[in-house]
Amino acid sequence: MTFDRKIEDAGLTRGVSRLTPQRIEDTLRQVLEGETGAKLKLYAETCMRCGMCSEACHYYMSHDGDPSYSPAGKVHQTMGEILRKDCKVTPEFVYQMAQIAYTECNLCRRCVHYCPLGIDTGYIMSTVRRMCHKLGVTPQYIQDTAHSHAATMNQMWLKDDEWMDTLQWQEDEARDEMPNLRIPLDKEGAEIYYSVIAPEPKFRTQLIYQAAFIMNEAGVDFTMPTSPGWDNSDMCMFSGDFEMMGRLKKIHFESALDLKVKKIVMGECGHAFRSIYDQGNRWDGWDMYPIEVVHSVEFFWELFEAGKIKLREKFHEPITIHDPCNIIRGRGLMEQSRKLAHALCDNVVEMHPNLEHNYCCAAGGGVINCGPPFKNVRMKGNRIKAEQLKATGVKTILAPCHNCHGGLEDLVHYYELGMDIKFFGDLIYDLMEKPEVE
Amino acid sequence: MPNASTWDWNPGRREVQDVSSWSSKFEWVEEFQASSDGEKVGAVVKTGDMEFTACVNGKVWDERYERVFYLKFSPDSRLTGIIQQDGEWCLSVDGQHWPETYGYIWDTTFGSNGSIVCAVQQDGEYGMGVDGVLWENLFANANNFATSGDGKKTAAVVQIAPLAQADIETFQKGIYTVAVNGEAWDNVFMNCYTPVFDAKSEKVACQIRRTLYDYTIAVDGKIWQREFQCVWDPCFNPVSGAVAAPVRLGGKWGMAQDGEVIWPAEFAQCWHQQYSADGSKLWAIVAPKLGTFTVAKDGNPWNISAPVVIDLSVSPDGNRASALGKTGYVYTIMCDGKVWDDSYAMAWKAVFSPDSTKVAAKVEKNGRFTVVLDGKPYGQDFDQCWEPIFSPCSTKVLIRAIDGGKFVRIVADVSDF
Amino acid sequence: MNSIYAFVVGPLAWIAWGVFIFGSLYKVVSMYQLAKAKDGSSLHYMSFKYGMRSILHWLNPVGTLGWQSNPYTALVTFVFHLCLVIVPLFLMGHVVLWDQFFGITWPTLPDTIADIMSIVFVACCVYFGLRRFLQRDVRFLTTGKDWIALAIPALTFLFGVLAYHQIGNDKVMLVLHILCGEIMLISIPFSRLSHMLFGFFTRAYMGSEFGGVRHSKDW
Ligand code: HEM
Ligand code: HEM
Ligand code: SF4
Ligand code: SF4
Ligand code: SF4
Repeated sequence: MTFDRKIEDAGLTRGVSRLTPQRIEDTLRQVLEGETGAKLKLYAETCMRCGMCSEACHYYMSHDGDPSYSPAGKVHQTMGEILRKDCKVTPEFVYQMAQIAYTECNLCRRCVHYCPLGIDTGYIMSTVRRMCHKLGVTPQYIQDTAHSHAATMNQMWLKDDEWMDTLQWQEDEARDEMPNLRIPLDKEGAEIYYSVIAPEPKFRTQLIYQAAFIMNEAGVDFTMPTSPGWDNSDMCMFSGDFEMMGRLKKIHFESALDLKVKKIVMGECGHAFRSIYDQGNRWDGWDMYPIEVVHSVEFFWELFEAGKIKLREKFHEPITIHDPCNIIRGRGLMEQSRKLAHALCDNVVEMHPNLEHNYCCAAGGGVINCGPPFKNVRMKGNRIKAEQLKATGVKTILAPCHNCHGGLEDLVHYYELGMDIKFFGDLIYDLMEKPEVE
Repeated sequence: MPNASTWDWNPGRREVQDVSSWSSKFEWVEEFQASSDGEKVGAVVKTGDMEFTACVNGKVWDERYERVFYLKFSPDSRLTGIIQQDGEWCLSVDGQHWPETYGYIWDTTFGSNGSIVCAVQQDGEYGMGVDGVLWENLFANANNFATSGDGKKTAAVVQIAPLAQADIETFQKGIYTVAVNGEAWDNVFMNCYTPVFDAKSEKVACQIRRTLYDYTIAVDGKIWQREFQCVWDPCFNPVSGAVAAPVRLGGKWGMAQDGEVIWPAEFAQCWHQQYSADGSKLWAIVAPKLGTFTVAKDGNPWNISAPVVIDLSVSPDGNRASALGKTGYVYTIMCDGKVWDDSYAMAWKAVFSPDSTKVAAKVEKNGRFTVVLDGKPYGQDFDQCWEPIFSPCSTKVLIRAIDGGKFVRIVADVSDF
Repeated sequence: MNSIYAFVVGPLAWIAWGVFIFGSLYKVVSMYQLAKAKDGSSLHYMSFKYGMRSILHWLNPVGTLGWQSNPYTALVTFVFHLCLVIVPLFLMGHVVLWDQFFGITWPTLPDTIADIMSIVFVACCVYFGLRRFLQRDVRFLTTGKDWIALAIPALTFLFGVLAYHQIGNDKVMLVLHILCGEIMLISIPFSRLSHMLFGFFTRAYMGSEFGGVRHSKDW
């Protein structure tokens, strides 16, 4: 088996340089014996190597059927090899398995729809990442993000005051448009705790502005916290640092529970939903989230249904809608997202395949967070998505997930699709009735 | 702690302030805050275009600000608020603001000696300040702020070296430690969390992340001999000074004290431990298995459970405890291994009477608030109410509430429930 | 030859069935123990309703994205497994043996149908073999274990057919057939063929997570 697509990454190189055969063997064995059990064993034993899952994966499809990109193919080159070699693998192999696990799989679980035996390739790749984390072989940028989480409890190195300051700044900005607007901080007993991911206060402050505007216009009793815990994002879940994942979710949920709110509403983010709904909560011992978290897609739809958002006009241009894996395959919000899209737009053009069967954007699962060295992996690895987008013939894409946004934006550029990407929040804000400003 | 013995404990109801009239006086009134003794009610109010101040018992502070937030009463009933003026930030205490302004100031807490402590950012550097006096040394970043019980000492996790963008090497060498009164410990670590002072305000313990994978506890900068897969917030035994912290071993949680495992690691979760005041018992919230939480005393869990358990409170004598159970949207109050009959839309952490014989909690039902004592609700519910406070003699309960637009303080006899 | 035959239908058959039954029990029980010890957070979500929902969908050869995307392989897989289960259970030659040893009988397939099904089965094996050889992604995944897993049932059926048609030395073929059949029984708990024991559980688990937790379909 030759691996001819090695990409230089400072984090991987540094990590591998510190490995010894003994450390590799001990660490892999410790993860296998200490942290995995029947699930991994069964997956390894019952995978019939039938290759039915190959076509599920956008990487495989985009690389003209290169078998080393098929879901089972990636398992074969990573976990499969570890099991066959009984944990005796070389540092060079570890580099390769890290590159595959971190950058050539989005943990999107599309392959679940293809495997007759119900094998969860995402779980296996995530376990490989766990091994890489334990070996200290992680891509530089995602590791830096994990460090930020550890040091500040948010993803973007935001300091405590910068968070509050940003909220207050957005509140001031928005008051030019809606003088009575408030972003109530630490309001105990509010109905809703609004949580976002750190890129919002860092780069996409207009999203906080818009959310505040919508909340105020719809008369929602909401609050935002002043202390760490406000960031629901979680790259540690993807880097394999599960202890930090647990810490992040603990502080997040406890900050909401302490404020005595009824539920959390979160911004339009996919992976954060996976973290609060599927993985982080379990590590902390909660079988479900300890306090309900409503994704914006669902929340906006509830506001619509209740007549709390009124539109000035609908979006007339044809528009297509991307189904983010983590809230569709991960939560089943396809119905709400369709209802909302149709409520907002005259002409929704579906892409194919869609709903649960949608192709991933190739940014998710922490891949975009592995940074510039791996950008082309995402671009070349998702030609199929570009073709799918192009086939819709429309100029605008709705994508209710931050990572999808980043990923689709890059794809649109790379394949020169000339498309515009929007959040539901963008559309609602643009289209809703607004109070007159004198 | 406030000296509750000096408060008015005469039974009965007293209207303190007609807060409904405020809304006509101001453009808007923000959330009400009540002082512990129930004698004052305050709120941030908007007095004009981009003009804010605080209103207490109907009287506004003299000055107007661009913003007032984080309005909080001190235990001795002074009202504090963080204010913004000309883009600079300061703390105002009963309308008098501190002489200096800061780049940012937040996280107001109070010491038992009456001191007021804040986290501060000045010129991009971080630290803490007591009554407006900042640490001599400020740092590239600081968080996890803590104040000693006597209010004289402060501690925070600080970053002692600069970190370039995406520099994972330096981070892993360690750039964080704890600073007490602005003096950083000698040792640096990969991460530190939740510093906490002992009862005498002498020692500081915190969580340490030594490497990406190894966690332990440090006391005054010295780490325990043993490392764990993970740890949570340590706490001091108020009498012996020993330090206990939940620790993770083999994927399960137990409790360690001074580095020795005292509760075997067999829980799916274990956190929020608390010693009794005499230091003889250790209580915690634990999950015997995934999705099943309860309370444990000295490692022995109660027989009842709920999918989520929060807000553990331990009676002053250490023999009793209460916590909130949450199943979906429904809150229940667990006490002494039993669940109270009623369930609520929301419940607040229960309060024990000084003699440990009674428990009371604020609860919400159908959008109305009241206080329940030993499972029995007070005869009336309110638009809004605050957490109950027992009289020093344990026979009366102070209920602070907003009832029909009036802020009232009710001294109820425990037999009124 | 007769003594060898007597040995394979006698003691060896006992051993084979014993290993198959007890081995399977052991595997299933030990896997469950391991799951309880190490995968509690997965077992917790097992749901009969959603597990069954998933299994039933996947029993429909055109009911899932995976089957739809691989129509030929889907067809062959279904035919292969149907023959695999039906032929040995209802084969006259087999039922006779049960009758002989234990005095129990049940309806049987007409020999010609069983014969055709067996030949079809062998053809399916050829298809799988060619796939493993010719299709890039499948070849990439194939290891010795997979060839073994395919060869054992293939040879069992092949020798069965040869014996039935008295091609070659029929006694030898029969002995070889029975030997392979016994190897197959023995290897079910301990090889890839264990997917017979575990396939429904992995399927049901995925169905439970997708149906019960993620509110979405896994097909
Ligand atoms: C009764 C429960 C069983 C189930 C649910 C089941 C299911 C499956 C599935 C889903 C596949 C993969 C699809 C494919 O390869 O096209 C497969 C393949 C296979 N099965 Fe089974 N199976 C069962 C029993 C058996 C038994 C008893 C045997 C043999 C003793 C067997 C032998 C095989 C072989 C050899 C393949 C691989 C075909 C290839 O080479 O691609 N199966 N089975
Ligand atoms: C203990 C194990 C087994 C014994 C003793 C046994 C015995 C026999 C006998 C006596 C025959 C009849 C041959 C004839 O009519 O000339 C036969 C045929 C056959 N057996 Fe088995 N068998 C065993 C296991 C199996 C297994 C496990 C399978 C398949 C999964 C299998 C598949 C067949 C087939 C396909 C035929 C030929 C049917 C035909 O072409 O008509 N046998 N077996
Ligand atoms: S990227 Fe998605 S489809 Fe491809 S292997 Fe990973 S989880 Fe499966
Ligand atoms: S479809 Fe399932 S059984 Fe087949 S190769 Fe892929 S993972 Fe393995
Ligand atoms: S970024 Fe979006 S499409 Fe991509 S994995 Fe996440 S949710 Fe899926």
